[in-house]
Amino acid sequence: MKVLVLVKQVPDTATQVKVGSDPRAIATTGITWIVSPYDEFAVEEALRIREKRGTGEVVAVSGGPERVKEALRSCLAMGADRAVHVLDPALEGADTLTTARVLAAVIQQEAPQLVLTGRQAIDDDTGAVGAQVAELLGWPCLSWIMEEAIAEDGATVRAGRQVEGALELFDLPLPCVLTAQKGLNEPRYPTLKGIMGAKKKEIKELGPGDLGVNVDGPQLELVRLEALPPRPPGRIIPGEPKEAVRELVRVLREEAKAI
Amino acid sequence: MAGAFWCVVEDDRRGRPKRVTAELIGEARRRAGELGAGVEALWLTDRAEEEGLGQLAGWGADRIWLVEGPALAPYRGEVWVPVLAELAQKEAPRAIWGAVTSRHRELMARLAARLGVGLAADCVGFALEDGQLVAARPVYAGKLLSRVRWRGQPWLATLRPNVFKPADEGPAREPRVERPAVSVPPGAATLVERREETQTGLPELTEADIVVSGGRGLKGPENFVILEELAKVIGAAVGASRAAVDAGWRPHRFQIGQTGRTISPKLYIGCGISGAIQHLAGMRTSKVIVAVNKDPEAPIFKVADYGIVGDLFEVVPLMTEEFKRVLHGE
Amino acid sequence: MRIELTDEQQMIRELAREFAQKEVEPIAAQLDREGRFPHETVRRMGELGLMGIAIPEKYGGGGADTVSYVVALEEVARACASHAVIMSVNNSLVADPIHRFGSEEQKERFLVPLASGRGLGCFALTEPQAGSDATNQATLAVRDGDHYALTGRKLFVTNGREATVALVFCQTDRDKGSRGISAFLVEKGTPGFLVPKVEDKLGLRASDTAEFVFEECRVPEANRLGEEGLGFKVAMTALDGGRIGIAAQAVGIARAAYEASLAYARERKSFGVPIGQHQMVQWMLADMATQLDAARLLTWRAAALKDRGEPYGVAAAMAKLYASEMAMKVTTDAIQVHGGYGYIKEYPVERYFRDAKITQIYEGTSQIQKLVIARQLLDLG
Repeated sequence: MKVLVLVKQVPDTATQVKVGSDPRAIATTGITWIVSPYDEFAVEEALRIREKRGTGEVVAVSGGPERVKEALRSCLAMGADRAVHVLDPALEGADTLTTARVLAAVIQQEAPQLVLTGRQAIDDDTGAVGAQVAELLGWPCLSWIMEEAIAEDGATVRAGRQVEGALELFDLPLPCVLTAQKGLNEPRYPTLKGIMGAKKKEIKELGPGDLGVNVDGPQLELVRLEALPPRPPGRIIPGEPKEAVRELVRVLREEAKAI
Repeated sequence: MAGAFWCVVEDDRRGRPKRVTAELIGEARRRAGELGAGVEALWLTDRAEEEGLGQLAGWGADRIWLVEGPALAPYRGEVWVPVLAELAQKEAPRAIWGAVTSRHRELMARLAARLGVGLAADCVGFALEDGQLVAARPVYAGKLLSRVRWRGQPWLATLRPNVFKPADEGPAREPRVERPAVSVPPGAATLVERREETQTGLPELTEADIVVSGGRGLKGPENFVILEELAKVIGAAVGASRAAVDAGWRPHRFQIGQTGRTISPKLYIGCGISGAIQHLAGMRTSKVIVAVNKDPEAPIFKVADYGIVGDLFEVVPLMTEEFKRVLHGE
Repeated sequence: MRIELTDEQQMIRELAREFAQKEVEPIAAQLDREGRFPHETVRRMGELGLMGIAIPEKYGGGGADTVSYVVALEEVARACASHAVIMSVNNSLVADPIHRFGSEEQKERFLVPLASGRGLGCFALTEPQAGSDATNQATLAVRDGDHYALTGRKLFVTNGREATVALVFCQTDRDKGSRGISAFLVEKGTPGFLVPKVEDKLGLRASDTAEFVFEECRVPEANRLGEEGLGFKVAMTALDGGRIGIAAQAVGIARAAYEASLAYARERKSFGVPIGQHQMVQWMLADMATQLDAARLLTWRAAALKDRGEPYGVAAAMAKLYASEMAMKVTTDAIQVHGGYGYIKEYPVERYFRDAKITQIYEGTSQIQKLVIARQLLDLG
């Protein structure tokens, strides 16, 4: 079974993110780039599918500037068989629909039985690409999955999505798109052997032109990025615990009217 | 009315709209008012109660598009999206808004792809700039705010719950219900099982007005009972930091933060939580933040409106007692 | 010139960092308190390929290089110096010499388990009367047909209790001095191989340091590493490489102390401002950062020379000398920055201080490193 995993390279969660000189982009100096954590769950799940079935291929796909290859190489080091890089710096600031069109075109070329990706990338936080890819391909899709099992015959998958207050288990025909929620699995570290082996694996490079997709002209335009206004300074309520608590409850009710 | 603001109804699966729908309609009324447009509700469900329809009208939906059918529950993207797309293409709304809930999040993304328009997800504010609607949405885990606008129409957006002022319950009025003739396609996915989460008897995390949350400072899973007792008294949901979830003390669905849930309750009380960037991302839009931590240097105090430096094992039970006294006269 | 890690080296550093931060750092203080050997995380290091980083894949290793080894070791040492020494001894002092001097059959038998982390190695050179003076071996190996009978005592053997195999240095010919020493791979459980004592130490409390006694311990000839009389060369070559590892360990310990100090200087207030605003503290931090960088660069250089197949003995001695002295200074200053809090066990800096000390002593004291360097400078051979 061929499984495609869509991954995005994003700034590390612990990185300080600042607005760049162009207010429509962040300042990229000093940023540590990582594979978006939810996408790592997707990679891990794809590897487990291959291991469980004893056969198959895991292909990691991403788009963006040259440095995106680092993210793809981490996927290869984790165990993906090969990677596809849609090399175009414009993809970095693209809206989700543009990204989804590019990725859908790659998927059409690759014709996998299953597409996995994270529930959202932790930079733009839109969480739309997986579902949009499914829509563009006319495939079913299940978002925020917490578990997954492919039927032995490889024709369907049973997956559980997290909804408010419940887990809903569905049978879906393949091919389909699943987006991974935390809790699906615990991603492995790439082993040293995996890292050393990654450089021998193929990263196929494509241009948007090869895919017939126009990456200019987003449907959603970024006007500007802004730093969040800082919260007004708070106050520490002093005193013995008993008095402090009494005062806290009073201000919550009388000043803040929060309860 | 052409060019109306459509609000997709989020319901309780028992035929009534949820409060977040009132928030959608409330904000849509304010924005539509500025543009001289109407506000309409769009309800896809297996079951709509009369009372629910009345509620939507009361909140200010000028018209309710109702598509009822057994295939619509539970939500499946491949069933809902063609229905919505067909209606939207026929009626040409100016905007279609949904809530940031499990199904709307996916629905709106798919719909945007189907219609070939932009989606502003997880919005926390809207403003008119040069006659164009601009949406504000947190990005980079809430470290920055992104302002975006649409190139075409309809303007698709999802709105974060608990952020927008809900529509007031207006005078009761007869709902104007349209039952458009649209074909509901059969779905490809079939529901096998719905596993309800263990009922805590407490509100859902993302919907709660008050959230009490615990971190590493709780020292073990057994101590969450201290927070639950407080939560019961003040009607709060109980959440947890990533540290507590990663330690296996709470299931992941209770995690607040960048790789968990994003919440904006009226009141957030963090106990024994240091306030790592990734946690702050999930709760910094709360209206009032209270922190209890024994470390006066804990970063959570930088975002807290009120803080108590002290041992949570002492402070939290005192809070429970004090709230019991003032709220319930005990 | 460019001082830059390759993509693979960076990824290996990331791997080691993630592993160390997630799995080692959270347990380091407790392991230190309890003096407990971390079996589970050492097994994980084996799975990840950290126990034989520069050993080729076909012998169960990671197939990377010495630079990868030192960047990974720094990350592990930053989280826990005990883990670092367990890793370093296995990599540099046992796996590396077997790879370099061993026969194909020995590599299959001994190297594969060690490099893949299924076994653990230790290095038994020091004796009661022969520490720095390594030529003065009293442990005897007397030939008896196709076996040797080993008799003697070895001290301060890192990994001694937990190891599955020991690289033991013995006198096979008293008359030949350093050329009369031979190296043997002795498996645990061999009759006559006893571990009577495990030391109670100031630092590195999660690693075990044992005493060995050999009583007519019969070891087959097939377990002799290299030719008879080659033992001293095996030991010195292993120690040259080992010193690069200890330098990396010292850099890791010092980095932990420096980072803790930096964070503390931002948080802790005195006279109404964070202490980092005071010039005295700024100076200490500036010194720490500078010396830390200098030590790391020396370490990387020695590793790079080794990878290029160039002589690296002096570079390794310089790196070890400077990095261990630096680690002692930086960890001492870190306690100073923390004031009273630095002296108590609630903060980790006192552990860094205790762990740093041994880096000036083992695998050649600072004084021995100076001797190595000076002899080379003056061409004294």
